[in-house]
Parts: sequence; structure tokens; C-alpha cells
Amino acid sequence: MATTTQPQTGRKSATSLSNEEILRYSRHLIMPEVGMEGQLKLKNAKVLLIGTGGLGAPLGLYLAAAGVGRLGLVDFDVVDFTNLQRQVTFGSDDVGKPKTEAARARLHNLNPDIQIDTFETKLTSDNALRLFKDFDVIVDGTDNFPTRYLVNDASVLLGKPNVYGSIFRFEGQATVFGMPEGPCYRCLYPEPPPPGLVPSCAEGGVLGVLPGIVGSIQAMETIKLILGTGENLVGRLLLFDALEMKFRELKLRKNPNCPMCGEHRTISKLIDYYEFCGVRGEEAPGPDLQVPEITPRELKSRLDRGDDLFILDVREPHEFQICNLHGHLIPLGELPRRVHELDSSREIVAHCRSGKRSAEAVDFLRKAGFRKIQNLRGGILAWSDDVDPRVPKY
Amino acid sequence: MSVKVMIPTPLRAYAGKRDSAEFSAATVGEALSGLTSQFGELRKHLYTEDGKLRAFVNVYLNDEDIRYLAKENTPTKDGDTISIVPSIAGGSFAH
Repeated sequence: MATTTQPQTGRKSATSLSNEEILRYSRHLIMPEVGMEGQLKLKNAKVLLIGTGGLGAPLGLYLAAAGVGRLGLVDFDVVDFTNLQRQVTFGSDDVGKPKTEAARARLHNLNPDIQIDTFETKLTSDNALRLFKDFDVIVDGTDNFPTRYLVNDASVLLGKPNVYGSIFRFEGQATVFGMPEGPCYRCLYPEPPPPGLVPSCAEGGVLGVLPGIVGSIQAMETIKLILGTGENLVGRLLLFDALEMKFRELKLRKNPNCPMCGEHRTISKLIDYYEFCGVRGEEAPGPDLQVPEITPRELKSRLDRGDDLFILDVREPHEFQICNLHGHLIPLGELPRRVHELDSSREIVAHCRSGKRSAEAVDFLRKAGFRKIQNLRGGILAWSDDVDPRVPKY
Repeated sequence: MSVKVMIPTPLRAYAGKRDSAEFSAATVGEALSGLTSQFGELRKHLYTEDGKLRAFVNVYLNDEDIRYLAKENTPTKDGDTISIVPSIAGGSFAH
């Protein structure tokens, strides 16, 4: 393989393909839109995937298959059993392994010729610029708001395109941020939603195949950016509704007053994104929600003793059908309307799946004057762990 | 002026599970008022306490962001579609 050396980095840039590569990518090479020139662009491209989960799965697979010469994978998580519903790079044997390690093995098997760098670390304001520096395109496959803003800001500061995709239940969004004349994430959303207002997939659920579609769209946009072909999604927000099977498109304008990419930039370095998004800890409910709690074991012993406790379940009806503690079901969203169903003279223990929604319920009810109310710490999940393993976890 | 308001998935729980609703309105603001009158719980998700549209919620008239038109005073015509586009992050992070 003939190569030339680039003086600045000492890295070699490929100028030809081996016979084996020509055979592997033949279906690309016979298209004028790609050809040898395009395939070489792919070979010399360096793409960093932030997140190797639901979106990262098709991204990694299709970019590796396409022959992107260098793929970076950033994820600090381990493969969980519940991931297998949608994170199709992983197999049952991978449960418990670091995601970057499992993804690297799968992608290497798919395409041993490319370089795969793994970064088993959380992306932070301290490491983002250093990690992004050596890559040409950043692909945002993350699952939380603080990281979305971090990825955006770091990409804009370094002048790298940021191929964005996001999902919720059965809806997806995709676009390309970070191009010089195009908008950035802050142009679209100058401020994050307060924590707890937009549910995560664990709380809201997601159709497994949805990130497969949106991630594949991101892979397609990444490849088009590298090849310099077709019309890309810069300035266009693609909205996908899987249930209706409809694609819509909205115009995304660059905000001239954007503090990040506008004419008068006021942000010149990375900030504390968790503070920006109002999330101070990753486990506890919001910092303001100091509510009285009872542990599952304490609840069990009080029930065994015959104490008169009213169990309030604030989950959704379909969750109640999976498993329940025979509580009185009032979904959190309906609580304000149905508070008359509760007797404030009785002792109430509120629970949900993990303890977060019920903490909000307790907070709401205390503000409404309820005095004898506690939150079941850890929810029905903790009940399953600590009291009754026959209760299924979900 | 009959205008359709598209309700995004994260907000459907507060709008009786509907994915859209039709209103008679002359401006975007009127249509949104119609929406929050019919579905009171939506109000706090769309508006701050002092009545401003929340910054993480974007409103589009057809395919144009109303911030670049006349915001809530943007006039509407028959058959227009108003889209509410909140930010979604999508994933398994429990925040």
C-alpha cells in the first residue's frame, strides 16, 4: 500500500487501496458517487463516536463496514441485559463487559482493516477537547442533555462537524451541527429542560429498532460528509415518527446571537454542563427533593407487624401489570386531579419503579398538606432486591 | 383560520395522549392558547411562570422557527401546521 507522510502529525495518509480492500468495497467502488477517490476519503477519515449504545450500534457497524479508516469509541458503561433489546453490536455473552471492549471486538470482526480506538471514560469538560482533536467528524450518540451540550460546544470550539441524532420512544431527530455556516445545538436549544421534565428511555421506554433507524441516518450523513456528496442535513432538522412512519423536516437557522457559534461568541471554553442542566448528582432525585423515606425492609417489617399503611403506586397502568405491591394506582401525572382519593389521616407510602417519581409525588403531597407520607427508597426495584426476589425487575 | 398543532411524544401524556389538535386561530399565540386552554397540564411544560415560552421548546409554523418570524404574533392561515419541538436526549441515563 503506497503511503505519503504528512509532515505535521507524522501520520501516514493512504493513497491507494490493496487488492483485498478493492474486493471488500467493490460495491462502493462501482458507484461513481464513491469510486476509488471516495473510498480513499473514507479510509483516511477519522470519526469519533460518542456513545456506543442504541445509536452507537448501527453507527459503529455501518461506519466500520464502509471502511472509515479510524473509529474512536467513547463510552464508560458496561453492557446490561436490558441493552440487548436495541444495542445490536452486543451479544448475550457481552453482558457485564465494558461496551467499548465488546463493540471493538464486534467491529474488528466485521472489518479487521480499520483502526478502532476505545476510550472507556466519561466525556468531560476536562478531556473532551483533547479527545476530539485528532478526529475529523464527531457523532453524537449520547443519551443525556449535559453531554449533548458538551459535545456541541467542544465541536464548535474545534471546528468539527457534529452529526446529531436523538430519540424518544418512537420519535427521532437528526441533523448536522457544527459546520461553519450552519447552526449548532445551542441555536436550536439555548437552554436545557429542567431535570425530570423529559423522561429518559428507562422511564419513557423506546422501540428498540428506533435508534437503529436514527443511528443509520447518522451513519449515512457521516459518510456523505466524508465523501462530500449529496445534500446533507446542515440547517435541516429531520423529524421521524416511527408509528406514523412519517418523516418531516424543519428549517434550522443559525442564531446570529448564539453565544457559542454566533457573531459575538461569549462562550470560549467548556463549562460545567451538569450545573448548566441543573443535575447535580446522577442517582438522587433533584437536589430540592429532600423527602422522608422508608426502605423496603422497613416497609416489609411494618406490614408484617400489621401496621395500617396505605401504599400509593404512582406508576403507569402497564407497569402495574408487570408487577405491583397491591398498591392504589394513581399515575404521577394524574395525582393533582385525583388527590381526593387519598386520606391524609392515614400513613401513606408512595412508590414507583426506582424511587424518583414517587419522590416527586411525596414532595407534591407534602406541599398539599399531607404530613404522614414517605417515599419508598429505590422503588419496586429495591423491593425486589431486598425483600422479594420473585417480584420481576424491569 | 383552522390550524393544526402537532403534539410531540414527550408532551402527549399531558394532552390526553393526542398527537395533534385543531384550533381556530389567527396567530401562533392564539393556537397555543387554545391548546393550553384545552389541556391545562401542558401549560407548565410549554410556558414559564411569567408566561414566556420555555427555551427548550421550539415552535415552528410549517417548517420555519417562529423565533425568526414574528414569534407568537406570527399570523396563521388555513391549513397551517404548528409543530412543537422539545429537546429530547434519548437513552438510558437516569437523570
